[in-house]
Amino acid sequence: MKKPAGKLWHFMGGLHLPDHKDVSTRTPIQQLGIPGRLVIPLQQHIGEPAEVLVRAGDRVSKGQIIARASGYYSASIHASTSGTVVDTIEQPIAHPSGLSAPCIIIKPDGDDRWGKLPPQQDYKKLTPSTLRSLIREAGIVGLGGAGFPTFIKLNPGARHEIDTLILNGAECEPYISCDDMLMRERAEDVIQGLIIMRHALQAKRCLIGIEENKQEAYDAMRLATHALGVADVEVIMIPILYPTGGEKQLIRILTGLEVPHDGLPIDVSVAVHNVATAAAVYDAVEKSQPLISRVVTVTGDGVHGQGNASVLIGTPIQELIEQFGGYTDKAQRLIIGGPMMGFTVSSDQIPVTKTTNCILVASPQETSPPDTHYPCIRCGDCMDVCPVSLLPQQLYWYARARDFDKLQNYHLFDCIECGCCAYVCPSQIPLVQYYRFAKTAIWEQERSRSKSSLARQRFEFREDRLEQEKRERAERMRKKKAALNKPKAGSDANEDPKKAAIKAALERVKKKQATRGVEKTNVDNLTPDQQGKIQQINERRATTQVPAQNGQTDQADKPGT
Amino acid sequence: MSFISASSPHQQNNNSVPDVMRMVLLALVPGALASVFYFGVGVLVNIVIASATALACEAAMLNMRHYPVRRYLSDYSALVTAILLALALPATVPWWLTVIAISFAIVVAKHLYGGLGYNPFNPAMIGYVVVLIAFPRQMTQWPIPQPGGSLGLLDTLSLQLFGQLADMNTLDAVTSATPMDQIKTGIGLNKTISEISSNSLFGNVAGKGWELINLLFLAGGLWLYWKKVINWQVPLAVLSALFFWSWMFNMYDGDLYSSPFFHLFSGGTMLCAFFIATDPVTASTTFWGRLIYGMGIGILTFVIRTWGGYPDGIAFAVILMNMAVPTIDYYTQPRVFGYPEDD
Repeated sequence: MKKPAGKLWHFMGGLHLPDHKDVSTRTPIQQLGIPGRLVIPLQQHIGEPAEVLVRAGDRVSKGQIIARASGYYSASIHASTSGTVVDTIEQPIAHPSGLSAPCIIIKPDGDDRWGKLPPQQDYKKLTPSTLRSLIREAGIVGLGGAGFPTFIKLNPGARHEIDTLILNGAECEPYISCDDMLMRERAEDVIQGLIIMRHALQAKRCLIGIEENKQEAYDAMRLATHALGVADVEVIMIPILYPTGGEKQLIRILTGLEVPHDGLPIDVSVAVHNVATAAAVYDAVEKSQPLISRVVTVTGDGVHGQGNASVLIGTPIQELIEQFGGYTDKAQRLIIGGPMMGFTVSSDQIPVTKTTNCILVASPQETSPPDTHYPCIRCGDCMDVCPVSLLPQQLYWYARARDFDKLQNYHLFDCIECGCCAYVCPSQIPLVQYYRFAKTAIWEQERSRSKSSLARQRFEFREDRLEQEKRERAERMRKKKAALNKPKAGSDANEDPKKAAIKAALERVKKKQATRGVEKTNVDNLTPDQQGKIQQINERRATTQVPAQNGQTDQADKPGT
Repeated sequence: MSFISASSPHQQNNNSVPDVMRMVLLALVPGALASVFYFGVGVLVNIVIASATALACEAAMLNMRHYPVRRYLSDYSALVTAILLALALPATVPWWLTVIAISFAIVVAKHLYGGLGYNPFNPAMIGYVVVLIAFPRQMTQWPIPQPGGSLGLLDTLSLQLFGQLADMNTLDAVTSATPMDQIKTGIGLNKTISEISSNSLFGNVAGKGWELINLLFLAGGLWLYWKKVINWQVPLAVLSALFFWSWMFNMYDGDLYSSPFFHLFSGGTMLCAFFIATDPVTASTTFWGRLIYGMGIGILTFVIRTWGGYPDGIAFAVILMNMAVPTIDYYTQPRVFGYPEDD
């Protein structure tokens, strides 16, 4: 067995939290049955929602693609079991906003019948790009919580090379134990998934970071690594410190590298994937099974039994809770995720999605009472625990003052919302809430600023155009004037230019009038009688016009004849 | 089932502002008891008057500012201000002087600047400086330190509440200037440090009584650090800066400049280093900022004690450094994760 890397690095701040994980790790992962109804959201990932491929009444089989990824940043959705599509409607989903989103409703037929799966292939013979599209087809997204499409993170692109592939088994957030249990029970699958990912990334080495409170998982993973005889894979135990499972924090701990504040892990030649994602990759590549289920932790004082279950994507939370004995009297908050970064939902009818790692039904004793805070006394406890080395007390100060420039000077957008600051605050100030509010307000401001700058551009363009037209007009006028002022060649040098102009105008008029008489309009097919009449009229006109013409020319100084 | 919605994080530790303040009060007890032991019951009288005034002023101000009076009154912050200020006052001061000092501290220095968390200056020190400047005679009259105090209970009450003793001539017999004051006067009269400290008021390294009081405030302060109520940077910086500069000058001329230990264990040094300078609201909040802030207080205290017009420079040093805090904080921001070193 390979010795774990001796040296580990550290990041500033962090918290030692009571982990509450033992209550949910006493029993193996349960298999949750087929629910009465599946509610499968079209968006369970970061990016564009998938496009529906099925209609109400369609029969679908297990693993059949029911919504296809639209665009690059998207992931396909598969039927979690066989059944009939009821409809595609808006349903409340697991999202902090509490808003509804389109979901495909499936009525399971109970047969759990697989459809035709694509043929299995030896991944070693596949090119990284083929492997990526296979993983993409399987609808795999990051199962750690963010739900970023995995195939994108397996694509280093032409300009980058991946040196280290890190598997995140830290699971630093209290209460959650789904990755722990998965590593205990499916260590070999995880390692094989890791090796497949390494092939896709062409990474040189792999590191697996596991927090010290998961001894069994660590042992299982070490054993699996050994049993599979894979080279350059290190299972590393890391100290318990929240939020060590944060991507940038874990990279720092394991490699000493610091991802630039405006960069991605790829900028330091590192890729990080969750252990559950690796298992999903294994299922997709070795078993040709798309992502249709995941392990979810059910825990908290608000539910009778605690544990982990393998749950079909789309299963309403309520069915999961019932499996664990239902709610206790103390159930007060229904939290998706952990106590530090999870969000509350108001209904248990919302479905488990690809990113649902934990259902925490918290009692009032387990949670902090909302909104009873004292003023900030600037004690700086928040600063000491901030894993990003921000000054939360200053950010709070400026967020209250809505001083958005100062907030950005103090690096508000580097805040990862881990909640450490609010956890230790002796004044119980909901700091993270202030930062979220400020971020949203700044985004809003930027949007309206870009809108108004567009409007300003348009306005300025128009002003420019009008200005130019004015200039051009002035220029024309100037030229004309200059032309008038210039004595005309061949004419009398003493001649008044104004008079010359008048003369020229008169000549033009005269010419016109002279031609008007002979203007022929609609005279092609005239009878001789009509022609005679025209003749007469023209003659009359000529006689009346001549004296007038003379009169006019008399008024002018010098008739030009 | 219906569930409440709330924003993450959903948990907090059990730390709270009232707990912090209670621990500060608790840590003051040994030093305060030693103070009562050496300077008599007048210290308690000061504490009682100061506390009552502080609570009354706090309640009145909270009421006027439409804050929930009960809730904010029970954060103990006014009490901490009152007791810190009371411990800094001589045990002979008339009651109205204490009332003026505390009222100014709570009403002006605290609430007119926005209340708890918003005051740029340490309220206790502002209150202290106001009466120090306005009533210098009363502020330099300390009872002669002796076990049990130099004044009895009745004499103390009579002096503090009615401004008179049965025999006013005895006042000079039971009170004196502090050792630090005596050094200042003595140096002015061209006496050497050793000549001055041959006086019976002096103990081993500093003033009699003052040594133990400071030692117990040091112990209380260390307990606060152990309980993670205060940080180590500020006290360490205050004490080491004070020690370093007094040591340097003492080495240069021991007849003219007191020993560093005299500085550490005289006057309000330990009270300042662990209880006053560490007031989080008015201190710097960054790692390096706290060190700079503490060192500033240490240096200024030494400078004012040695060359200034007042015997103890702590209050002025703290207030001067309070002024510098926004600038210090601005220039000592830590490097944020993922930014280059020189950002």
